[in-house]
Amino acid sequence: MPASGALASVPAEVGVAKPDPVLVVNGVERRYGGLLAVDVDHLEVPRGVITALIGPNGAGKTTFFNLLCGFDRADAGRWTFEGEQADGVKPHLLARRGMVRTFQLTKTLARMTVLDNMLLAGRDQRGEGFFRALVPTWRADEAANRERALDLLGRFKLDRLADEYAAGLSGGQRKLLEMARALMADPTLVMLDEPMAGVNPALTQSLLGHVTALRDEGLSILFVEHDMDVIMTISDWVVCMAEGRVIAEGRPADIAGNPTVIEAYLGIDHGSSTTGEIR
Amino acid sequence: MSWLSILALAVQAALGFQGASYALAATGLNLKFGYTGLSNFGHVGFLLVGAYGMAIAADNGWSIWVGFALGIGAAVVLGLLLGVPTLRLRGDYLAIVTIAAAEILRLVANARPSEPVTGGSSGITGLSGKLGFFEPNFIPSGSFGIGDLSFNSRQLWSMLWTWGAVLVATLLVRALVRSPWGRVLRAIREDEDAAKALGKNVVVFKLQSFVLGGTIGALAGAFIALDSGAVSPTRWIAPLTFAIYTVVILGGAGTIWGPIVGAVAYWFVLDVVDGVLNNLWFDVSDTTAGAVRLALMGVGLMLLMIFRPQGILGSKKEMLAGAR
Repeated sequence: MPASGALASVPAEVGVAKPDPVLVVNGVERRYGGLLAVDVDHLEVPRGVITALIGPNGAGKTTFFNLLCGFDRADAGRWTFEGEQADGVKPHLLARRGMVRTFQLTKTLARMTVLDNMLLAGRDQRGEGFFRALVPTWRADEAANRERALDLLGRFKLDRLADEYAAGLSGGQRKLLEMARALMADPTLVMLDEPMAGVNPALTQSLLGHVTALRDEGLSILFVEHDMDVIMTISDWVVCMAEGRVIAEGRPADIAGNPTVIEAYLGIDHGSSTTGEIR
Repeated sequence: MSWLSILALAVQAALGFQGASYALAATGLNLKFGYTGLSNFGHVGFLLVGAYGMAIAADNGWSIWVGFALGIGAAVVLGLLLGVPTLRLRGDYLAIVTIAAAEILRLVANARPSEPVTGGSSGITGLSGKLGFFEPNFIPSGSFGIGDLSFNSRQLWSMLWTWGAVLVATLLVRALVRSPWGRVLRAIREDEDAAKALGKNVVVFKLQSFVLGGTIGALAGAFIALDSGAVSPTRWIAPLTFAIYTVVILGGAGTIWGPIVGAVAYWFVLDVVDGVLNNLWFDVSDTTAGAVRLALMGVGLMLLMIFRPQGILGSKKEMLAGAR
């Protein structure tokens, strides 16, 4: 994996510069009344690797995540995706530029078939225009998308369920469908919001396998998670947040022994000296 | 009055202009509510502008086609005016805004200062003569049918045009909802955020559905004006919106032929009840009968929601899928 290899020489410091980052964040703030929920000075999300965004409950991970993909409005700050401005851009436009997200509570479209869920995500479907929908030239796009959709469903072992309503799927199958659907949108950066939440251990393994496979195909992945075991096994880079700020960054090994991270998770004060040293 | 004649009269209403005009109005609402999940409780406002468009054209000596153009144009403007600020709102807020907007339109049409244009509280009459809607009627005069089930030449002419419009509107909606465009509408109905996350400009799709649905509603209003030959503000009240909702739900929201089946069933049931009430062994006054038949319609709708919530044509499997 050349991409994670390139990270080997990057020092484990907060706000560190990385070679060819996919997402660059500067001075992002989000306030709820008097509470500063997100306050990130500088963060670069590396390309072609799995980056985990971790932190204890209430650290601002999901808020930060929602800001980045346009689902929430930042009070301050700028960020770029693939070198182009991404702050203040509507979520659907970011999705078309290749930044595709999933949700913590899966949003499968219940009264639509599994295949329709997939086809919805297909790009370049001319038939989605109001007037062009009436001219059947879109059928060619549909056939191409259909082939790709069935291919992806096969990969996630959902192809047998293609014609079932999505509501009939189990919780785990919905997670898989949401991931397959995100891929159908042809992303360069996949943003997964707690993909393993509420999933049984066997399925967690399968989901992890899918996520690493995506990385090996050259996609960049940013995912929010708070299960440390999951993070240590698959991520190439870890960003830890607490109280809205990025408090540590590094390879999993760097993070595992980081006293600031341990303190943030366990809330134990090891003495003022320990916290100071790492920064 | 025999049972047979009660049934004959009910069939007459169901297949006649009443059924046709409700089917057309419901086709518009079905696109918004059934396919896109927009709770538009001001659908009657679109019927109103369609009817007044026709009436104002007649009043100014313009042709019937100007009347249609006025109504449809006004519906598009109303749809945009109402949709642009409100379609960003969540469903229940949209319901409140639309019900108020329709009521405002009715009160404006009814107001004294609008008299030169809308005729105020007395409305506009004599449309048939001015527009010549019935003049090209090639159906020979007299009545056609068997026994009590018969239509005269004027009724048949109205039915021909209105059912024709229903068919065209239904085929248009059918082509649209089966296309990828329609798939996006259904996705928005299921979960707006998911559609956004997959790159769909949700507001634009909702606006398109809202405007087209409203335009079909305006067409229904225009035909109601043409058939009755008069337009008055008292007709365009919220209960008419609710009646059209009943038609949509009865037939099966989010189905292609549901509005037609719903409208026919609605008028059939309503008129059978009416016929029975008027032929009981004791006398029921007209007002009582009117109230009782609406109350029975309400009970019927409740029973429908309990035993067949997906409507006549809806799929139970799909309905249950949504309940999860």
